[in-house]
Amino acid sequence: MTATANAIPTQAAEATSVGDVVLDVQDLSVAFPTEEGLVKAVSNLSYQARLGRTLAIVGESGSGKSVSSMAVLGLHNPKRTQITGSIKLDGIELVGAPQSTFQKIRSTKAAMVFQDPQSALHPFHKIGKQIAEAYLAHNKVSKAVAEKRAIEMLDLVGIPNPKRRALQFPHEFSGGMRQRAMIALGLVNNPKLLIADEPTTALDVTVQAQILDLVNDLQKEFGSAVILITHDLAVVAETADDIVVMYAGRGVEKGDAKEVLAQPSHPYTYGLLQSLPSHSEDLTELKAIQGSPPSLLNLPPGCSFHPRCDFKSQVPGDACWTELPEWRPTPGLANRQIRCHLTDPVGTLQEDEGVR
Amino acid sequence: MLTYILRRVALALSVILATLVSTFLLFFAGPSDPAQAMCPETRCNPARLEQITKSLGLDKPLSQQFLEYFKGLFVGRDFTYAGDTVHCGAPCLGYSFSTRQSVNTELFTRFPNTVVLALMAAVVFVTVGVTLGIIAAIRRGTPADRGIIGSSQTFGAIPYYVLALLVALYPVVLWNILPQYAPISAGVGPYFLGMLAPALILGLYTSTSYTRYTRNSMLETLSMDYIRTARSKGIPERTVLVKHGFRAAMSPIVTILGLDIAALLTGTLITEQIFGVDGIGRRTLAAFRAQDLPVIMGSVLIGAAVVVIMNLVVDIAYSFIDPRVRLQ
Ligand SMILES: Nc1ncnc2c1ncn2[C@@H]1O[C@H](COP(=O)(O)OP(=O)(O)OP(=O)(O)O)[C@@H](O)[C@H]1O
Ligand code: SF4
Ligand SMILES: [Mg+2]
Repeated sequence: MTATANAIPTQAAEATSVGDVVLDVQDLSVAFPTEEGLVKAVSNLSYQARLGRTLAIVGESGSGKSVSSMAVLGLHNPKRTQITGSIKLDGIELVGAPQSTFQKIRSTKAAMVFQDPQSALHPFHKIGKQIAEAYLAHNKVSKAVAEKRAIEMLDLVGIPNPKRRALQFPHEFSGGMRQRAMIALGLVNNPKLLIADEPTTALDVTVQAQILDLVNDLQKEFGSAVILITHDLAVVAETADDIVVMYAGRGVEKGDAKEVLAQPSHPYTYGLLQSLPSHSEDLTELKAIQGSPPSLLNLPPGCSFHPRCDFKSQVPGDACWTELPEWRPTPGLANRQIRCHLTDPVGTLQEDEGVR
Repeated sequence: MLTYILRRVALALSVILATLVSTFLLFFAGPSDPAQAMCPETRCNPARLEQITKSLGLDKPLSQQFLEYFKGLFVGRDFTYAGDTVHCGAPCLGYSFSTRQSVNTELFTRFPNTVVLALMAAVVFVTVGVTLGIIAAIRRGTPADRGIIGSSQTFGAIPYYVLALLVALYPVVLWNILPQYAPISAGVGPYFLGMLAPALILGLYTSTSYTRYTRNSMLETLSMDYIRTARSKGIPERTVLVKHGFRAAMSPIVTILGLDIAALLTGTLITEQIFGVDGIGRRTLAAFRAQDLPVIMGSVLIGAAVVVIMNLVVDIAYSFIDPRVRLQ
């Protein structure tokens, strides 16, 4: 809830205390050359993740949430991906870095928990071994020590009987247990940044809450930065400190998570919230954003959102069609940035809500 | 595990029995007449024909012939030929109509030749095919990949017998680069050297499909989420490929391999014929020509047993590779 997040200076040195920037993404673009053309999955994305804070990245399916965060760990095939801009992880520039650099920072500085724990663990290897492997890769210890560490981690993430469980295979775990094991794997080397890519989508509702609580508790304990990628705005409201809303590979709004949800200032964020059931008293009023996301092969000129935007007529001239809006502070709101041409976004959106 | 194996063996026996019965029935349902086939052309007359029919036991009712065959398999049986009675101990496969030799001897002396040829070929196609497939997958989209896939497709598109004939003719017979087949009685060295040409051509030809399977399987594996997880641990790429990719990619190959080896063991027919390898395939072909029922039945029996056993081996091997598979 700190309204001063923006005031904390960005530094290139190592992040050590709460609020320090661990991950500084500037002007990041990720594109895949394909037979049909260049898929621009992420365009000019900028955000920061800070120690002790949770940053939510939200947006519709295909908006580039996973692609952008996988770039942080260098998980794209370098031969088939064009990455430009800057990703500074704990002061280390990662765009254009060699594989050896990624090999060093993976798991030690940044780790990732993937969406589907069913497929993210190797079906042929024992859970304990899979966790120990990550520890062994970065610590000069014996296998026995690494396996002991794995058992400790399983215990830490709340897996009962961790000693026995470590010797089991993923298929012997339930979905929630597997995701706990993934989190244990993610945290085994005490990374400063944990990226959780829709960690609960594949789980049932009761387990979802447990996993999110676990991530929150562990973050408090270790003081690491967490990036939480999700569709679920209710999850954001509960767990995130900061938020970046993405549309068609671009950030469109960022700021304090709870403030953004309470008072969106970009038409797309506004649309996302309007489509939530909790947002309209009358269910018949439930309104999804019209249309669908644009093709990443051929982004619309100007503001990518204009084909679906209800408010473009309120922008003088044809700026929405021709000019890509730059980041700017939302007029009238502290600690908020948007990419939109509206002169008075807050007023315009409030007025619209009044009409409904 | 034990009950699993017992159940599988019971199933195997019924499969083999069914195969035997159908071979038997098909043989007699067809236009076959072994006695006619054996009756010397120049001196054949009805009396002689009848004598041959009788001596082969073909005058008895079908059911009785079959029961006798079975009795032979399990307890052995006696054969009377030209006044002499010989006992044929279990498992008795009978006597060849055309050579009068015991089928057991006929087939079991030749079977090792087929086994050696099949296994030598398997070593070639597994090493060559899997290696090339892995290289192609790792170097996906590069000239190396295209070269491997292109050449293996071209090679694999040539009809096998043409290739085999060319190899048998040029390097072996005309240029004498590769030695010709020699029986084991000629010594271990010449024997294995003689197997080289047929094993190489059979192996290389079969390797083209293994290159394809392996490449596809490896690519599919490398696109799996758990490979991404492995990479995200910060382990060397080589470890990702070998420890996480290779084993998973090989598990479907094991199944194909087991069945392919079974197929080769039941007789590498064209190869044996072209290179003159005295194997079970070549002998069976001759038996078909001569309508030599006992030999046909014998090789069908061996073939069915081999297929059934290899299936079991594959299942057991699979359960060791993939912990999700439990034998039950
Ligand atoms: N290797 C690739 N080659 C081509 N296009 C790709 C590749 N990887 C991702 N994309 C495309 O990039 C776009 C963004 O994908 P991404 O996975 O980041 O979406 P997302 O926001 O995570 O969506 P979801 O919520 O469904 O996970 C998608 O349209 C996807 O098809
Ligand atoms: S820039 Fe124009 S089209 Fe884009 S969100 Fe703002 S009003 Fe809508
Ligand atoms: Mg995603």
